[in-house]
Amino acid sequence: MGEIRLEKVHKAFGSTVVIPEIDLEIADNEFVVFVGPSGCGKSTLLRLIAGLEDTTSGRILIDGEDMTARSPAKRGLSMVFQSYALYPHMSVYKNIAFPLKMAGADKAAIDEKVRNAARILNLTDYLDRRPGQLSGGQRQRVAIGRAIVREPKAFLFDEPLSNLDAALRGSMRLEISELHHQLNTTMIYVTHDQVEAMTMADKIVVLNAGRIEQVGSPLELYRSPRNLFVAGFIGSPRMNLVQGIEAEKMGAATIGVRPEHLQLSTESGHWKGRVGVAEHLGSDTFLHVDIDGIGQLTARADGEFALRHGETVYLTPSPERLHRFDDAGNALS
Amino acid sequence: MATLQTRASARLMMTPAVVLLLLWMAVPLSMTLYFSMLRYNLLMPGMEEWAGFLNYRFFLTDPAFLTGLLNTLLLVGGVLLISVGGGIMMALLLDQPFFGQGIVRLMVIAPFFVMPTVSALVWKNMLMHPVNGLFAWIARTFGLQPVDWFGEAPLFSIVMIVSWQWLPFATLILLTALQSLDTEQKEAAEMDGAGAVSRFIHIVLPHMARAITVVVLIETIFLLSVFAEILVTTNGGPGVQTTTVTYLVYVQALLQFDVGGASAGGIVAVVLANIVAIFLVRLIGKNLE
Repeated sequence: MGEIRLEKVHKAFGSTVVIPEIDLEIADNEFVVFVGPSGCGKSTLLRLIAGLEDTTSGRILIDGEDMTARSPAKRGLSMVFQSYALYPHMSVYKNIAFPLKMAGADKAAIDEKVRNAARILNLTDYLDRRPGQLSGGQRQRVAIGRAIVREPKAFLFDEPLSNLDAALRGSMRLEISELHHQLNTTMIYVTHDQVEAMTMADKIVVLNAGRIEQVGSPLELYRSPRNLFVAGFIGSPRMNLVQGIEAEKMGAATIGVRPEHLQLSTESGHWKGRVGVAEHLGSDTFLHVDIDGIGQLTARADGEFALRHGETVYLTPSPERLHRFDDAGNALS
Repeated sequence: MATLQTRASARLMMTPAVVLLLLWMAVPLSMTLYFSMLRYNLLMPGMEEWAGFLNYRFFLTDPAFLTGLLNTLLLVGGVLLISVGGGIMMALLLDQPFFGQGIVRLMVIAPFFVMPTVSALVWKNMLMHPVNGLFAWIARTFGLQPVDWFGEAPLFSIVMIVSWQWLPFATLILLTALQSLDTEQKEAAEMDGAGAVSRFIHIVLPHMARAITVVVLIETIFLLSVFAEILVTTNGGPGVQTTTVTYLVYVQALLQFDVGGASAGGIVAVVLANIVAIFLVRLIGKNLE
């Protein structure tokens, strides 16, 4: 069980309002990702749920029970911190056993649970080591192990992969997703990386300046962003946003088209431009195309697409994949 | 990088400093050793003669010696206990956010800047004096008999004074250790269900272990040589109740003019300090690794 509901949650530090007012429902067993630029309040929101910060007003319900005034330990949640927050003077075994020891479990039960967690996370060989003797990925797994043994109602992850290198981040992403399927527990995951959000989430919550911009599945957000902010934030490379006459022609203040939805041609098309930088990734090529009167657009081409710097290219947006936005930045249907 | 020539020239360049330092240490030590083997009293100049280990025998069999040794250990141990224990508590208090934090922290450090003679006199005449002292006034206010501190509990009084001086040092070092504790670690422990006391025992105290070791080692070095506080307040008395080994050496040298005996006492004190040091390093040295 791990159903979490936020009702009119408001948080302010003195006169600085971090979260104006948020309503949110997280279903049992869901993998929810809070994503947004730094300073958008996503970590604060997580800490509010964890109980490490007090809400200024509003209610937090876990499994229908009002937990707003409960202490962090009593909420039945586990958290994995950005810095891992392992206890440096304890061995891996003792680190993982710590929450159980605090709960007053007996030795045999602790031992069984710790060894079980270590087996799931491939840490069995490292149980006697200190955190200082482990690599970043291993430390991360110890932190997750410490979270698992409590068998919490939900896991909270606060940017857990941001201290790892790119390759490790990729594999840990996979491990956490697998863990979610294995444990079948609600997970709330905070990140500023939209790739992590897209790949892991059942449901993404896009936050900006403490406000929820949109909630939805990764593909929903990708296909139909509700406003300019979500459009620009979800998707890599970013969506091309065009303002001015070209947009007005289509009856919008801004139009947006993703790089992968621009058709390229060397003979004819909607917009004519010159290739600036071409980034060859092997499977894909990203072309940065300068177009008179519009500016620079990014287009995705096939990896084999042979165009060099300075050559002429024609771009045509797929009409059904075009996003139109009004003056206030909201999507037009 | 270092070639043979540069290493050789580096050694050559360092030699004067090393030799100077060596002489600085070796000459006084060997002179003390030499004097400790002489019958050398300033009241009988020109009558020095070889005495062998006689000075040591006299010093070690002096009835004041064992008391002095015990007093030294009690003084060092007592002050360590109070300053480390109190220092941890003060550091925990000062780590909390409160109004006027900067000024309070500054004030807490202040006793460390007062010289030992001055603070001992302040304690003796303004606080612990059985007639004029603040403590006596407090006792009388409540209708109690004022305590004659230096008469009834002389060693404890000196431990109090010295602790008061060293408490700020311990507080300061332990506070910096406390501040370097990762907040996420504390929060993680909080989420793991550790209450304030368990957090202190399992997270905070192990984190401070190294700083506590440093405080204990440094304080021990200085506390073995506490002298001014004793001279100013009790003169080692009543009787020999506050006479430490350091004070005993002073009595030998400057009250009995017995340079030979004092030198022997000095050497005994050096040996004693080394025993304490070995003991301490064995006991807590692994915290520094």
